[in-house]
Amino acid sequence: MIPILGLAVGVVLGLLLDPSVPVWLQPYLPIAVVAALDAVFGGIRARFDGIFDAKVFVVSFVSNVVVAALIVFLGDQLGVGAQLSTAVVVVLGIRIFGNAAAIRRHLFRA
Amino acid sequence: MADEDTSRESTPDDGPGATPQDDAARPSLWHRLRHRRRDRLAAALIGVLTLLLGFAFAVQVRSTDTDTAYTGAREEDLVSILDQVNAREDRLRQQISEQRAALEQLTDTDSQAAAALAEAQQRATELGILNGSLAAQGPGLRMTISDPGDDITPAVLLNAVQELRGAGAETMQVDDVRIGVSSAITGSGGALQIDGQDVDAPYVVLVIGDPQVLATAMDIPGGVSAAVRREGGDVTIVQSDQVVVDALRPLDQPQYAQPTD
Repeated sequence: MIPILGLAVGVVLGLLLDPSVPVWLQPYLPIAVVAALDAVFGGIRARFDGIFDAKVFVVSFVSNVVVAALIVFLGDQLGVGAQLSTAVVVVLGIRIFGNAAAIRRHLFRA
Repeated sequence: MADEDTSRESTPDDGPGATPQDDAARPSLWHRLRHRRRDRLAAALIGVLTLLLGFAFAVQVRSTDTDTAYTGAREEDLVSILDQVNAREDRLRQQISEQRAALEQLTDTDSQAAAALAEAQQRATELGILNGSLAAQGPGLRMTISDPGDDITPAVLLNAVQELRGAGAETMQVDDVRIGVSSAITGSGGALQIDGQDVDAPYVVLVIGDPQVLATAMDIPGGVSAAVRREGGDVTIVQSDQVVVDALRPLDQPQYAQPTD
C-alpha cells in the first residue's frame, strides 16, 4: 500500500512542480529511474514469493540506483558513457522482464 | 533516543510482577517491539524511496517530452533536419534584410515627405510675402512723400515703386495698400488710387529690403527724390531695422491660367 501511495504522490508532485532536471543530473536520472524500477519489480516478486524483506528492498533499491549511476559516470569519464548506459539499460531490462514473468506466473498461474 | 523509548515502554511490563514467566516473555516482547519499530522505519523508507522514484519518473518523462526529441534520430535524419533548419535560417535572414530595406525606404520616404512639406511651406511663405497675402517684417525703410501742391502724378509714385523694386525691395506698402505684382497706380495728382483704393498725401511707403541700398536708390541724382522735389513735394527717408508691412492683398484666383506639370 505504502509503495503504491508513494509512487502516486511522487508522480503527482513531479507533474505539478515540473522542475527542470539539472544538467549534471541529466545523464544519470533515466538510468537511476530504470534501476529503481528494477528494484521495485524485484520487491514485488519477493512479495509474491513470500520472501520480501524490507531491509533487503531498501538496500537493493539504493545500491541499484547508486551502482547504475556510478557505471554511467565511469562510462562518461572513459568516453563510453552512451554504450555503458545502453548496457545498464539492457541488463536492467532483462531483469525487469524476468521479475515481471515471475510476477505474471504468480498472478495468472501461467 | 531509541533506547529511552524502549526502556519507557518496557517499564510498565517490568513493574507489576517480575515473575519468571515475565522474564521469559521479555525477550520476545522486546523482539516484537523492535521488530515493529523496524517495520515502521522500513515502511517509511520504502515510502520515501518510492516517492522519489515516482517523482524522478515524472520529471524524466516530462523533460524527455520537451527537449530530447532528437536523441534517438539517425545521423542522416539529423543532417537533413540540420539542412532544413539552415535553409529556414537563410530564408528568415533574407526576410529580415528585406524588411529592413523596406523599413529604410519607408523612413526615407517619410523624411523626404517631411522635407518636401517643409520646402513647400517655405515656398508658400515666400510666395505669400511676394504677392502680399502674408504680413512681413524685417529691415527696410520708411519713406514719406509729402505733396503739398497735389502735384505728384501716378507716374512719379509708380516710378518710386519701380525704383524700390529695382533696388531689391522684397515687399512694400503705400499708405495701407500692399503693393503686389499686379498693383496699378491710377488717378491724378492729389487723388491717387492704388488698385482702386484712394491714397492720400503724405504717402507713407514701408519697404522691406536692404535699407542702405534702398535709400541710395531713392537719392540718386535724377531719381525718385529729385523727381518729387521737382514736383514741389518732399521725401523723408528713415532707415529701420524693423519695418512691419502688414497690409494684405487679396489673393487673385487665376481664371484662365492652369498650372502645368
